[in-house]
Amino acid sequence: MAGVASKGGEVRSDTYRDSRTWLLLPAWLTLVVLVLVPVSLMLVYSFLTKEFRGGVVWEFSLAAYDQFFCDRGLFGDEPCSIEWNYITIFWRSIWQAGLATLFCLIVSFPTAYFIATRPQSTRVIWLFLITIPYWVNLLIRTVSMRFMLREEGPVNNVLVWIGIIDDPLQMINTSFAVQIGLFYSYLPFMVLPIYAAVERYNFTLSEAAADLYATKYVTLRRVIIPSIQPGIIAGCILVFVPSLGAFLAPDLLGGAKNFMIGSLIEEQFKGNAGNWPFGAAASMILLSMVMIILTLYARQQSKALGAGS
Amino acid sequence: MPNKPAIIVKDAVKRYGDFVALKKINLSIQDNEFFTLLGPSGCGKTTLLRMIAGFEDVTEGEIFLFGEEIDKLPPHKRPVNTVFQNYALFPHMNVRENVSFGLEMLGQSKSDAMRCAEEMLELVRLSQFASRKPAQLSGGQQQRVALARALAPQPKVLLLDEPLSALDLKLRKAMQLELKHLQRETGITFIFVTHDQEEALTMSDRIAVMSDGEIQQLGEARDIYERPRNTFVADFIGDTNLLAVKVESISGSMVQCLLKGGQRLKIAVNDKIKIGDSLHVSIRPERLFVSDVDDSRGTLRGTVKDNIFIGTDINSLLILDSGDEFRVRASNSDRGNKRIYAPGKQVFVTVEEGAARLLVD
Repeated sequence: MAGVASKGGEVRSDTYRDSRTWLLLPAWLTLVVLVLVPVSLMLVYSFLTKEFRGGVVWEFSLAAYDQFFCDRGLFGDEPCSIEWNYITIFWRSIWQAGLATLFCLIVSFPTAYFIATRPQSTRVIWLFLITIPYWVNLLIRTVSMRFMLREEGPVNNVLVWIGIIDDPLQMINTSFAVQIGLFYSYLPFMVLPIYAAVERYNFTLSEAAADLYATKYVTLRRVIIPSIQPGIIAGCILVFVPSLGAFLAPDLLGGAKNFMIGSLIEEQFKGNAGNWPFGAAASMILLSMVMIILTLYARQQSKALGAGS
Repeated sequence: MPNKPAIIVKDAVKRYGDFVALKKINLSIQDNEFFTLLGPSGCGKTTLLRMIAGFEDVTEGEIFLFGEEIDKLPPHKRPVNTVFQNYALFPHMNVRENVSFGLEMLGQSKSDAMRCAEEMLELVRLSQFASRKPAQLSGGQQQRVALARALAPQPKVLLLDEPLSALDLKLRKAMQLELKHLQRETGITFIFVTHDQEEALTMSDRIAVMSDGEIQQLGEARDIYERPRNTFVADFIGDTNLLAVKVESISGSMVQCLLKGGQRLKIAVNDKIKIGDSLHVSIRPERLFVSDVDDSRGTLRGTVKDNIFIGTDINSLLILDSGDEFRVRASNSDRGNKRIYAPGKQVFVTVEEGAARLLVD
C-alpha cells in the first residue's frame, strides 16, 4: 500500500479513466454494505441499553462506556474511579500484539530477503512453502498448537527426553503460548510484503554502499532497510492489527488469565450471557486505537515523501 | 618509487562454472591515466571492472593497486570508487547525503562530510540541488551526482561503468568533455568502460579493445584506429572496408595482393606474411578517392550503388567488380575535390598511400 506512493510525481496514464465510476461500483458497494453499515451499527449499539439475554433495548445509554472506564464499586452506586480491568486487558493485548509483530519481523526479514535473492524460478516454490500451513483452518491450527504445547505434548516430551528439563513445563495457558499462537498465525502477513519490497529493491544500491566503504551492517541499516521500509511497515500493520483483535489464540492457548480484547468482545456476543452494547463499545475503542495508529503512520509516510522537495 | 602503475592485473581469469568470462588478462594502468575498456556487450569489460571494484571474485590471478594486492579485499576496503551504469543513487537520501555518504563511512564527522559534499557539488555545478532527492533530478544531473559521490572520498582510482549510456547524444558529448576535464583536474586515474568506440576515442589516453574475454589490442586511440592489429579491432573501431585478399608476390616492403574479382592492390608490409597467404585488408572509407577516370595503378573498379548524406560527410556505397561492398566517405566541405557520382556510374577508387592495412587474423 505504501510502496506505490513512494514514486512521487510520476504520471500514470489510466486507460480506463472514463469507465472508472461503474468499474469501481462493486468495490464501493462492498465497502458500504460490508464495512460502513456494520460499523455504524456497532457505533449505534454501543450507545444503547443492554437486554439481559443478549441483544439491545433501543434506549440511549452511556452505560457501556461507563462500564469500560469507570469502577463504581460493588453495587454500582459509587462515584467513578478508573476501572483498570479492561484497560489492563487492552494494554496486555497491545503488548502481546506488539511483541508478536516484533518476533514476526525478526524472523520474516531474513526469510523474505533469502527468498527474494533466490533465482526467479525457485522463488515461487519458497513462497508456496510459506503459504502451505494456511491451507488449514486457523482454528484447527490453533488447537493443534494446544496439543503440541500441553504438558504431555511432543514439545515437553522432547525437551524431557533430551534432558534440558526434568519435569514438563507449564506452557499452555501462559502468555508465552498466546505469543507463539499469534506469531504463528500471522507470520506470512509479514513475510509477503517484505518479500515484495526486497524483490523490488535495486541490489546495485548495496554494491554502491560497499563501494563507498560501508560495512555489511551499515549497508543494512542505512540503505537496505530504508529502501524496503514501506514493505516492513505494511507487514507490521498486517500483523499488529489482527493480533490486537485475535481471540482464537488467547482463548485456546492463554486461558482466563491471558484474556485479550478479541476474547473480551467475543464473549459479549456469545450465547445468552453477553452484553451487546458493551461488546460494541469495546469494539469501537479497539477500532479507534487501530485508526489512530494507521493515521499516525500515514502522516509520517506523507511527511517522509514531502521532505526534500 | 615514482610512477608505480595505478592498477596491475596479472593473469586474471574469471570463470562462471564452465563459462570463461575472462581469459588470462594482463594489464597495467598508469597513474593519472584515462584508461578505457572498450568492447561489445559480453566481452568481459564490465566483469573486469567489477573485479577491480571487488564485486566479483577473481578466479585466478592477482590485482594490484599501487603495488598492493587488493583482489582478496572486500569492496568496502578498496580505495577505489565506482560510478554505476544506472547511477545507483540512494533514493531515500537527498543529493548532499548521497555525496557525503562515503566520507562519513571513512570516519569524517557529519559536518566535515557535508562541507566536502558541498564542494564536490560545486565542482559538478549542482549546488542548488543539494536538498533534492535523486528522483527529482534529470538523468544528466543524476549522472553528475553519481560522479560527485564517487569522487568525494578522493579514490585512488575511479571506475566508471558505462556511465553515459543512459544519456541522450548531446548531453553525452558534453559529459564526455566534462569527464575528461575532471580527470585532468583531479589527477585521479579513471578506468572507463564503454561499448561506444567514438566515446572511447574521444576521451581516452589509452584503450584496451576487448572481445571474447580477451584484450585484442591495447594502445593509444590514434594507434588503434590507424594500426588495428586484427580484423575484429579494425571492424569494431570506426568504419572500415574489409576485403579478403591473397598474397601474390612480395617485393621489398610492398606486397601485391589479389582480390576476389581478379583486381590487384599494392600494400605496404606490416606483418609477417608469405606468398599464398589468405588475408584481409582494411581500408578506412575516408582515405579513398573516387574518380571516373582510371588514373593510377592502385585503383579498384566498381559501380556506385547509393550516396547517403549524413551531415558532415557523404557516404557512397560502391559495389566493386569483385562483388564486395565498399564504402567511401567524402567530407562535405571538399565536395569539389572528391566528386560524388550518381548511382549506376562506373568509377575508379584510389587508395591513399599507407591507408590499406594487411591483417593476419
